[in-house]
Amino acid sequence: MIYAVASGKGGTGKTTVSSSLAALWDTPVALVDLDVEEPNLHLFLQPDLTDISKAYIEVPEADESKCTRCRACVDICQFKAITIMADTLLVFPEMCHGCGGCLEVCPEGALSPGKRELGEICRGTAGSHEFIMGRLRVGEAMSPPLMRQIRTLFPDLGTRGDILIDAPPGVSCPAIAAVTDADCIVLVTEPTPFGFHDFKLAWEAFKPFGKPMGAVINRATLGNNAVKEFCQEHDIPIWAEIPYSRDIAEAYSRGEIISLLLKGLEETFIDLRRNMKAAAKGEVRHA
Amino acid sequence: MREIVIISGKGGAGKTSVAGAFAHLADNAILCDLDVDAPDLHLLLNPQIDSEKQFWSGFEAIIDQEKCINCGQCATLCRFDAITEGEDGFKVNPFACEGCKVCVTLCPEQAIDFPEKHCGQWYVSQTRFGPMVHAQLFPGEENSGRLVTLLKQTARTMAEEQGLDLVLCDGAPGIGCPVISSMAGTDLAVVVTEPTPSGLHDLKRVAELCDGFRTKVTVLINKWDINPDMTDQIEAWCTSRGHALAGRFPHDKSVVDAMLKGKVITEFQDNPMTDSLKQSWAGILALLDTCN
Repeated sequence: MIYAVASGKGGTGKTTVSSSLAALWDTPVALVDLDVEEPNLHLFLQPDLTDISKAYIEVPEADESKCTRCRACVDICQFKAITIMADTLLVFPEMCHGCGGCLEVCPEGALSPGKRELGEICRGTAGSHEFIMGRLRVGEAMSPPLMRQIRTLFPDLGTRGDILIDAPPGVSCPAIAAVTDADCIVLVTEPTPFGFHDFKLAWEAFKPFGKPMGAVINRATLGNNAVKEFCQEHDIPIWAEIPYSRDIAEAYSRGEIISLLLKGLEETFIDLRRNMKAAAKGEVRHA
Repeated sequence: MREIVIISGKGGAGKTSVAGAFAHLADNAILCDLDVDAPDLHLLLNPQIDSEKQFWSGFEAIIDQEKCINCGQCATLCRFDAITEGEDGFKVNPFACEGCKVCVTLCPEQAIDFPEKHCGQWYVSQTRFGPMVHAQLFPGEENSGRLVTLLKQTARTMAEEQGLDLVLCDGAPGIGCPVISSMAGTDLAVVVTEPTPSGLHDLKRVAELCDGFRTKVTVLINKWDINPDMTDQIEAWCTSRGHALAGRFPHDKSVVDAMLKGKVITEFQDNPMTDSLKQSWAGILALLDTCN
């Protein structure tokens, strides 16, 4: 099964939850950090990264001498990555989404596949589990193609056990791409006005997928009851509540995994794991 | 006219709470929420909307089942795995479609429509601290970089027309498309971080991005007291890299209390955070004067 840990808003405790679950997962699982802009899971799980490879996207390379200035490539490109200026064919690789359209339509073979570096894909092991993360090159704007390359590994990983995804924050295309493959989505939130507002956005964004979805309320003793009331009203099960405590904040700030460290929390995360597994199988979802 | 963008690399570092406080402390500023994906500044500033506009950007491929002959060429050509064959023919998954037009152009039957996409709304509003430009992208939409650029340009034009000195922006998390658009043409980036492994890691990446844009960076450490050693490490790193320190704030529940009341922290006079924020703001303005 594939499980995605997501959150509308950053900083709600998504990586805290992912790392805590990873440490307590009782069957084989591949841990995947799809927050490629700011991957943080490795800071807590300390994986042994044995395989680091560069990731590229295919972008066109121009051969001026073959170009007849027919503009077919300029016309198809929706991303302003190719233009003809003062009779010169110009390619802006950083604007290119790698759709391959220009290569398809150029009648002269003046464009050939080149590449732009997106970032890197790091693989290794965290304890007995597989660990994979993407890391976007600083200055690279497009995270979805790097995420897409990691997602192509899922069918293979899935034959060996579960997959636990630490998703990027927000509700735009990268967050949607991260939950697309999931059998079950965990939405981490906190009971503050910011947390609640973004939780609603995330729930609205993910609901159309029709996947089992449950909430984890972090810092549950801060703020107000709006998140809980919303969950009750919309039949969203609350799979875990993590109290606010300075001990947790301090443990996190030392890079420690809270489910292993603090009494009582281990039970909370074992319950969460049980609820997730039951939901993914389509069993009763309410704790 | 000058422009400050408040960013954080990592989400949840306190960017919006700080931006709200600075909005209160700034004289003569226009406010701009550039986190168009999950905007929160309006929750503190309660904007009264003057005008609401639709944001249209990009296009979306839609297969006309009447004309489609199920040749499958579109699915073969699509690099984004957005086209799949189901029981009732080929379909485009709108979440995966990048709007590249390849399938549209190369469909032998011209069976694929390509309408423009309505991606969200954007607003010009009034707040108790001055005018504000903000937006809400529909969930799942892309093109947030273009929306960010649109908001910034609108804010700049309004600032010029109204004789305002400062464009104060609450940026987006991360280091990708929306943040890169936030950085363009900015005088100063205020990076809010916290003393955690994630905070330091993400600060380094976002500061590197700023260096690439030759944007001056100043760093604010939030919740410094949850890990004083890490705070020292962050400050030492900033000093070594020539990034000015804008201040440090303790972990304080009053941030959440202010948020619950829909206020910014500096609206509470007896709050110890208020003085620190005022000091930081004065420092930031002084630093802004030194930016080219």
